[in-house]
Parts: sequence; C-alpha cells; structure tokens
Amino acid sequence: MTVESSPRLPAARPRDPDDLRDYLPGVEPERQVTDWGRSERVEGALDATVSEFLYRYWFRVEVEGIENVPDAGGALLVSNHSGALPPDAPMIAKAIKEEHARPRPVHLTMEHFFKGYPLFSMLLPKVGGVPAHPANVHRLLFDEDQLVLVFPEGRKGSEKLYKDRYRLRRFGRGGFVESAMKAGRPIVPIAVVGAEEAAPIFAHLTVLQRLTGLLYVPLTPTFPHGGILGMFGYLPAKLRIRFLEPISTTQWGEEPWKDRALVQTVAEDIRGLIQEELYGMLAKRRSIWFG
Amino acid sequence: MISRRILVTGLSTYWGGRVAQALERERAVEAIVGVDVHDPTVELERTEYVRVGHQHALLRRIVQAAEIDTVVDTRLVVDSTTTPSRLAHENNVIGTMNILAACSGPESPVRKFVFKSSGHWYGCEQDDPAYFTEAMERPHPPRTPIEKDIVEAERAVHAYADATPRATVTVLRFCNGLGPTIATAHTRLFALPAVPAVFGFDPRYQFVHEDDIVGCLEFAVRNDLPGLYNCAGDGVLVLSEVVDLLGKPLLPILPPWGTSIATGLAGRLGIRIPPEMLQQLRFGRGLDNRRLKAAGYTYRYTTREAVQAHAEALRLRPLLRGGDAPYRYEREVEEFLRRSPTVRKRPEPRWAQEAEADVDALDGLDAAALIALLPSLPRPELEALGRHEAGNARRPEVLAAIGRNLARSRP
Repeated sequence: MTVESSPRLPAARPRDPDDLRDYLPGVEPERQVTDWGRSERVEGALDATVSEFLYRYWFRVEVEGIENVPDAGGALLVSNHSGALPPDAPMIAKAIKEEHARPRPVHLTMEHFFKGYPLFSMLLPKVGGVPAHPANVHRLLFDEDQLVLVFPEGRKGSEKLYKDRYRLRRFGRGGFVESAMKAGRPIVPIAVVGAEEAAPIFAHLTVLQRLTGLLYVPLTPTFPHGGILGMFGYLPAKLRIRFLEPISTTQWGEEPWKDRALVQTVAEDIRGLIQEELYGMLAKRRSIWFG
Repeated sequence: MISRRILVTGLSTYWGGRVAQALERERAVEAIVGVDVHDPTVELERTEYVRVGHQHALLRRIVQAAEIDTVVDTRLVVDSTTTPSRLAHENNVIGTMNILAACSGPESPVRKFVFKSSGHWYGCEQDDPAYFTEAMERPHPPRTPIEKDIVEAERAVHAYADATPRATVTVLRFCNGLGPTIATAHTRLFALPAVPAVFGFDPRYQFVHEDDIVGCLEFAVRNDLPGLYNCAGDGVLVLSEVVDLLGKPLLPILPPWGTSIATGLAGRLGIRIPPEMLQQLRFGRGLDNRRLKAAGYTYRYTTREAVQAHAEALRLRPLLRGGDAPYRYEREVEEFLRRSPTVRKRPEPRWAQEAEADVDALDGLDAAALIALLPSLPRPELEALGRHEAGNARRPEVLAAIGRNLARSRP
C-alpha cells in the first residue's frame, strides 16, 4: 500500500560517511512541486508568457558559448548582476532552456531577505529561487548534481547606480568558490551585457525603503511613479549572454577551500575574467538597443 | 547490544504507549516497565505500569531493581498548546535531568538511552538552510519557551552521553508528526474547514507518519545508533500542496506583519496557533533524513503519503464518531490479568498465534507457490513460517527462501 515503491539498497556502503547521495529521496511523479518548492505549473506559465516575450522580442537575447554549460552533473554558474529587478537571472535560465542541447533547470540563489518578505517568499521559490545558504548550494551541486546560478556581487550589484554600470563590485567573500571546491564541481563564468541599460537605477529612495522594509527602493525610468507594474518597466536594450569556459575546481589538490588565500585569489581571478570579457563585449557593441 | 529489559518513560503519552505496544511484540524483550504520573491510555499486554513522577531516587530504585538495560524517553512535550509552559518546563528540563540522574552512576545497569527530541531544536528562521543536517549547529538562540526547553533537555542528554561512555545514547529529532490518530497543534489546524496561513508565505513542510515515529524509536532500541539522527519523511511539500492533499481551501488571512497579535485574537476564538508554529508557518523547515536511512532504517511513508493518510482519517472521522469506547486503565483489572493464577496464560502472544494460524493456511501450497508468496508476507509471519518449516524440515529450498526474505525485510 504505502511501502516505499523502490527501496534503495545500495550494494556497497559509500566510502565517505558524508556522502549520502544514495539516500536522496525518490521522485514522486504525482507531485508538481519539488522539495525546494519549485512549481512546474507556475514556472511553466511564466516561461510561456513573460519570459518568452522578454527573451524573444523585448531583449532579443543573443547567446554565445552555451556548450560551456555541462550536459550533466553539477556546475556553478557565476554572473555579473545588475538592474533594479534584475532581468539577467531569468534570461540566463531561459537561455539554457532554449539554446542548450540538453536543457536543464537552473537554481537561482537569492538573498535570505526574500524568504522573509511576503509574496517574494511565496513566489521566488516557485520559479527556482533558493536561499543563498552554503548548505543549499552544496546539496544542489554535490548531492543533486544541479545547475546553480550565483551572483557574487549580490545586492551590491543590483543596487548600483547607472553611472557605475559594468564596473563589477566586490565578489563577496569568495563563498561561491568555496562551495564549488567543496562540491568538486566546475565554475562557469557568465558575462551579461545589456541588463544595466534595461533596468537602470538613477537614485535610491531611502524614505520609501524604510517604510516598506525592502532591500532598496530605486528610482528607475518607470518606478515608483509607475506603481507595482513600473517595477517591470524594462527598457528594450539588446541583451547578450556569453558563457565562458568552465573552470575545474579539482585542479588544486585535496581540500583547497582550507587555503583562504587561494579561495580569494580564485574569486578575484574570476571577477577579473568576467570584467575583461564585459569590456571586450562593450567595445564591440555599436548600439545599446540593437547590439 | 540486545535490549532485554526496557524502561519506557512517559507511558501515558501517545508515544510512550505506542512504543510499549510495539516493544511488547518483541520476543527478545523480557520485561517492559512504563512510568508516568497518569494512567496508560492504551491497552498493554505485559508492560508493567508504575505510577511515578520524575523523582530520580524512586526512578533509580526501579532501574536498579528491574535491572533496566535500555531506557526509551518519550516524554518530551513539543507542543505548547497541550501543556502550560511552566509544566512543560518542569517535564522537559527537570524531568530529563532526573531521568538521566536515575540512569547514571558507576553501578547503573543502563547501557542504552533513546531520547525522543524534536526538529524544533533547530528553530525556524529566515536564514535557515533548506535542510538541517545533524552536523549543523542551531543558528540562532531559541525564541519560544518550548524551543528553550528542548535545547536545554538535549544539552543534558549530550552531557550524559559524554559522561557515560558505556551507554549508547541516541537522540532522535523528529519533524512534525502526522497520521490517522495523532493529535498536535497542526492536526487541529488541519481539521478546520479551511486552513489558515500567513499571507504571502508558502512554507516548506515535512511530516513523519506516526507509524514511522514508533518505527524509528523501535529501530533505535533494536540497533546501536550512537549520536544524533533526524527523523522525517522523504520529500518536502509546501503548505499549499499539503492543504490541497487534505482537500481543503487555504485561507491566507494571517497578516505578515503583526502576526502574533492576529494569532492572539484567533486563540480567543478557539484556534490555537502556538508561537513555535508561527515561525514554521512563515519560514517552514526541512530536515535531512539521510543519516538514519544510511543506518538502515526504511521509512514506510513519505511526507506526501503521511499527509494522505491523515486526509483519509479526517474524512472518516465524522462517520466513526463515538464508535469505540476509549480504553480506560483499571489497576485492579490489570493486576488480575497479569498476576491471578485463574487467568489462563496464553502460550504465545496474540500476534504470534494469529501468524501461526495463517501458516497452517499456507501449508497446503507447494514449494514454488510458497516461495513466490514470501515477499508479500510481513516479518512476524515470515518468522512464524520459518519456525514451522524448520520444525518439519521437509523443504530446504523454502527455508532458504525464507531466510533471504527475512534478511531483506530489515526490521
């Protein structure tokens, strides 16, 4: 009746006692929501309408180097971040869905703030948001072999003003490198051009920010005077996403994450790599709107 | 270590009673002693009930006199709607301390201590990981009285484990329980015509079926599992999914700001939402259950199946109302049944007799048909059949197949 349909009895005990991948819960096909709270229905509906429109007609996204995203196994996607309500995250996820030979879901790490704010807390996990906790990233990368997208700049990236566009902020404390090293999964750097112009921020409205308790309330071309809908008032900039060559994290020997200097250096190198790539792409860009 | 003489604390609680019932079926167990201040609430066949609080001197005398080798501590209160917080503190913290004191000392016969703890130990906060593992520390200090109690009680158990290397100490942290007969703050919420929720939140929820709670405790008694183990069904649902499985509407009427004021008002109307649940309704919680699975336990129900089982029971409840008279403990009757020479002792416990009867029904089958049938038999029947076949010793291939099936159906 309710006996587990496929009792997993691994032939041999895992060598490492911390490696419990054999004991992950099975998939229940009747469910439409994953254990992370991701909803097929909500995601599918959004993907077929808003994402599709933005991807094809509004941003006319162009993708390069999609083959750098591995077909199988976990990988940490690392990208620059911008825009009041950043359009880069959903467009990267959509790019992998549309262009990749074997489309895979992307799990997007988000600030813990969103888990505590009504509506965001309900909606973001439904479309693939996962709180940016190292344990979550480790489980997704190592145990579940999923794609995880991180923005090491975090809110420092998305709240920066238009005048600072394409100048990468500090890459956190290198936590993303540490996570990838611990999981032994590659890092795929991504450079996104166009998102800065699509959702520029001219100033921050600190009074409104205090009143609403949000992370920040920006002044954009359409917000706040456009109301809630104004938050989605993207300008039709041409978006170009370039996936760079994967960086293996197993090349530094045993337990490289214990070497703090190495972690910082690798994080800084990846930041430099993306920054250089951005300058290269911007130098070749003729028009903000047509690419 | 094989447990033969077991003390169950909190016998009159739901869990104490059910664990004692489960252990009674175990042939290797010679004696089960249950202690509590209230009378047992379920029918017990051979468990000896002793009415005693948690005075450690008295408990110690019981432990010594009965040569208790295993203590199963099921007493912890994890739901502040059932017990006033002062009593809960007395039971959870002082009680645990006293029971541990009764089991310590160089001449104590106790070799195993199984402690029923709760996932509330981890708390429930905005920046929690999606899955708590046993290796994780509690990220924030406890917020509610119940959580404080649980943290403090566990600290005492860990100290006991450190000081008593000869004893195997198992701490089981259970997520929220659910099932046909269990009653918690959550089941009371799910019994309402519409399930209230906090507006703008859809928390992740994990449940463990009541049979699995008993199963985990029994598993810890049968096997040596030193350390911490999370107990939770496979799969994490979101609240909207849970409510959908229950077939009820979700009512997001609790405001995201000032929620505790609203639940205070709801409490006046008879809908009690305890503070430890409030955090769960907002942020949810998931436990990583893989360590216990790796130790060999197989969960009988996933979270989803536990919710479905509860939903089925909810639908039947109005039809079954007033059916069975609840069990009432009468000391004289129990004494008579256990001690009087007039009572005819059954040669075998009831379940074994039933299994024996079934074995006779199976006897007519030929070897091949019998072997094909074996995987569908529950463990007690397999054991009974094994004894039967071994007694007749006619068909070695059947005996070998029974052995294989027994090895596969881990208890």
